[in-house]
Amino acid sequence: MHNKTLAEIIAGLNSGAFSSVEITSHLLNRIRQLDPQYNSFITVTAEAALASAEAADRQRASGNAPLFCGVPIAHKDIFCTNGVRTSCGSKMLDNFVPPYDATVVENFARAGAVILGKTNMDEFAMGSSNETSYYGPVKNPWNIHCVPGGSSGGSAAALAARLTPGATATDTGGSIRQPAALCGVTGLKPTYGRVSRWGMIAFASSLDQAGPMARSAEDCALMLNAMASFDPKDSTSIDREVPDYTADLNQPLSGLKIGIPKEYFGEGLNTGTEQAVREALTEYEKQGATLVEISLPHSHLAVPAYYVIAPAEASANLSRFDGVRYGYRCEDPKDLRDLYMRTRGEGFGDEVKRRILVGAYCLSAGYYDAYYRKAQQVRRLIKQDFVDAFAMVDVIMGPTSPSPAFAFGAKGDDPVAMYLEDVFTIATNLAGLPGMSLPCGFVDNRPVGLQIIGNYFDEGLMLNAAHQFQRATDWHQRTPEGLE
Amino acid sequence: MTIERADIEKLAELARIELNDATITETTRSIADVLALVDQLQAANTEGVTPMAHPTDAIQRLRPDVVTETNQREAFQAIAPAVEGGLYLVPKVID
Repeated sequence: MHNKTLAEIIAGLNSGAFSSVEITSHLLNRIRQLDPQYNSFITVTAEAALASAEAADRQRASGNAPLFCGVPIAHKDIFCTNGVRTSCGSKMLDNFVPPYDATVVENFARAGAVILGKTNMDEFAMGSSNETSYYGPVKNPWNIHCVPGGSSGGSAAALAARLTPGATATDTGGSIRQPAALCGVTGLKPTYGRVSRWGMIAFASSLDQAGPMARSAEDCALMLNAMASFDPKDSTSIDREVPDYTADLNQPLSGLKIGIPKEYFGEGLNTGTEQAVREALTEYEKQGATLVEISLPHSHLAVPAYYVIAPAEASANLSRFDGVRYGYRCEDPKDLRDLYMRTRGEGFGDEVKRRILVGAYCLSAGYYDAYYRKAQQVRRLIKQDFVDAFAMVDVIMGPTSPSPAFAFGAKGDDPVAMYLEDVFTIATNLAGLPGMSLPCGFVDNRPVGLQIIGNYFDEGLMLNAAHQFQRATDWHQRTPEGLE
Repeated sequence: MTIERADIEKLAELARIELNDATITETTRSIADVLALVDQLQAANTEGVTPMAHPTDAIQRLRPDVVTETNQREAFQAIAPAVEGGLYLVPKVID
């Protein structure tokens, strides 16, 4: 039952093959038995999940069931959930129980979904390995000595271990796509503004975007149908009709022009990863698509620009954690300065502190023009690269990450090496474009992700391209040994 | 651009983050590495390029100036570290 996709679960519930209570309790049991090994959940909401499964079964019997009625999913622990602890992977919010739901959470509740729990993540979504979580690292179900990627490593690992059929995630520089690649699942970061950021704990507000993670492109399309909405409560939410993302899944790909950026196949790319990606591209040619070599000449500046903009925005966003209104507060502060200094010194982990300090530096008097303004200019150059490319091609494809999952501690004391994990994903966040990752092969039994980058609001076309690939291949159906 | 221990101490003060004396050397080194990465930006020719603040150049949406929120003081104060009589408590600021 745990191998069923969201589409299969919806069909099964509709036909009465099983009930929501049955599948929900099956998954809760599985989480109880297996998750101590993987640590993919921070909080499991078993009681509430069963109660809403029962309610969903009653609602379905009454003949009025919304799309996700009784379908179990998990939320990344960055989305505020009314009455359920929302930690963002940090000691700072270990005791934080929000009095409201994020819009994404509300949207899934309205669609009838059952929430299994909250998934583990890098602290405040800052990391590419899940090693910065206050709750300990998540282990990759394909190889427990390896990282699951990050920051949405808990969502990706829970999917790979077949603990949940769908999970929400967020992506500021690759945090949906890179863990999806490393865990062999499918994930989509939509166009900036497509999914509401309201109630999603902010990291870098001009880059943060929520999206779905699942085991197939079809499932991601179903989830995006429920997630995407115009939200007046998010000032950057885009007022644009939400299409049915499943509508074009079955369109043939003949005539599709796929841009292959030469900068994404250079030095530093693992040879096995490159081989898997190239074979995937051959499959697209077989289906009638044309490969076009393109250039994104400012690609090498994406990581440097990101590590000005993201820390600068983070240093502003995270100033709200002051030990006064909610969250962690240090013991016995002697004055207000001591309260701030020790609360933040004790409540934040090393990577979060590092990024706040880098951000404070880039924004400080005398450095603003050299760093922040310069980075915002480079950001426009990077966007223009994509605008030029999309004048010639329909989608862009390449590797999601430069290599498969690496061992714990491998990049531990070298933040720059860790930052380069996102060398292929960061540019799309800077440009605000949608990007996705889908499984396309293995290197030493560790999954490889194919990245698809689309033009603004072309999520439907990307999902179509991914779905057609998944109809012809079975990489997305592979399951780690012992977890079948 | 070189960054030294004293710079980090000043930044930590500005950002109100207490740094552990034992790790400050390591923090200084790693931040110097990050800034070296970021310095690659200086080589880019950005003459005449308008800084990009929003991916799709959207403008701020405005709404009518009316009250839309209901008072939830009790719900918000229930999760605060210290409150009294509907007020948030902090250490004494003025003697």
